[in-house]
Amino acid sequence: MSDDVSTRFDRLPATAAERTVGERATREEVLDWWDERFGIDPAVFAEHSFWERGAGKVWAFRGDLESPVDIEGLGMTVLRTRQEHWKPTLEAVQRFGHHATRNRIHLSREQAAAFMAGEDQEMEWDGDWGYLIVTHDLAGEPEPLGVGLYTYDELKSMVPKGRRREL
Amino acid sequence: MSVLERYEPLIDDPEAFYAACERPLPAAVRVNTIKTTVERAREALAEAGIEAEQTDWHPGLFVLPEAQAGGNWPYVHGWLHGQEEVSAVPARVLDPQPGERVWDCCAAPGSKTTQLAALMGDSGRLVATDNNMGRVSALRSNAERLGVTNLAITIEDSRNHSLKPFGGEEYDRTLVDVPCSCEGTIRKNPDVLEEWSYEHVEGTAGVQKGILRRAIQATKEGGTVVYSTCTFAPEENEAVLDHALAEEPCELVEFDLDLESRPGVTEFEGEQFDDSVARAKRIYPHHNDTGGFFCAKLEVTG
Repeated sequence: MSDDVSTRFDRLPATAAERTVGERATREEVLDWWDERFGIDPAVFAEHSFWERGAGKVWAFRGDLESPVDIEGLGMTVLRTRQEHWKPTLEAVQRFGHHATRNRIHLSREQAAAFMAGEDQEMEWDGDWGYLIVTHDLAGEPEPLGVGLYTYDELKSMVPKGRRREL
Repeated sequence: MSVLERYEPLIDDPEAFYAACERPLPAAVRVNTIKTTVERAREALAEAGIEAEQTDWHPGLFVLPEAQAGGNWPYVHGWLHGQEEVSAVPARVLDPQPGERVWDCCAAPGSKTTQLAALMGDSGRLVATDNNMGRVSALRSNAERLGVTNLAITIEDSRNHSLKPFGGEEYDRTLVDVPCSCEGTIRKNPDVLEEWSYEHVEGTAGVQKGILRRAIQATKEGGTVVYSTCTFAPEENEAVLDHALAEEPCELVEFDLDLESRPGVTEFEGEQFDDSVARAKRIYPHHNDTGGFFCAKLEVTG
């Protein structure tokens, strides 16, 4: 099993100075990315270690283990790196997105239903293009629902096929 | 009903027992306190027009008399998990605390695993093991939907569980919710008795004994192990405990549970079991209008 890279997790290096694998993101870069893109304070992830499995998929684990570790799962997948625009997961956004202060787009109940069904929708947005945290009201407060990609007056639903629902 | 008749000597009111076993069980959901509060989940269910009855013994569990667990807004936010009442018993009895090291040795598809994570406040370390790749996929999907991050998952036979990836540290608490002949799920799966055979019970009991022994070995002295099944068969319940008591340093301890139950039995079909197995609890469908269940709490003494 130890030769099987698909079950090997490597902890992200703390900073670029400690990097040994060329394109691997660092903890510092991951924290900066959440902060710069969504205004999520690095302190939110103070108790979490970050791990890469395969090329680019980053997992957040509350706690720490000795690296590398050959195991089937470690916390949750939070981020896809090693591409021009890093992409957060729906699960990460639902878990940590309430700390976000920018690049959040709020939908009506009808728009949220279309988003959960995987539909792309035309809408106005005067902020940055790119990946946004999609929220709607649930039990009286805005709640993060998933990830949308905003370009050219359109919000594309990034809800993975397995999570889509007709509501 | 021929399989269930073998338990008639153990049951106070066989007619009520058989009648309950034939009634379908309504859906139930557990509120995921990693992502929300019981109060907000209740509000979201009401907003969605879903009738939800809070159970008396567990404030975070709601029975849905008219609806399914999935396909509603609080569910897609990971605020709810479909889990029948008795399935929520063993994690509560194990009572893991934030910051502890906990092992769920037969974890998939993860209803109890994610409940343990919530009880731990998504802190400490939760190790979940299963031997089936397909079922582990379901476990991962459930854990991610519910926002669990303190979880490490291994695929292996729990009887050979290795502590090596975890620095060799023993666990504070271990949940042993073993595969079993599942008669207690008859209200959800009416076909469950069709595959019943005494040979299967015997084979399963052998595996259960091996898993419980490894769980006791992997838990620190003074730590807690909870053993549970959804079968009525004493061969898979009291007999497994009796074996562990003889082979490993442990003892059965009393515990409180706000559901009606009966003590573990010390004799069945001529077999005698250690008197202390009476500290285990048998949950029958006709007492609380639930599925059937068995639960025991052990303390590791060496």
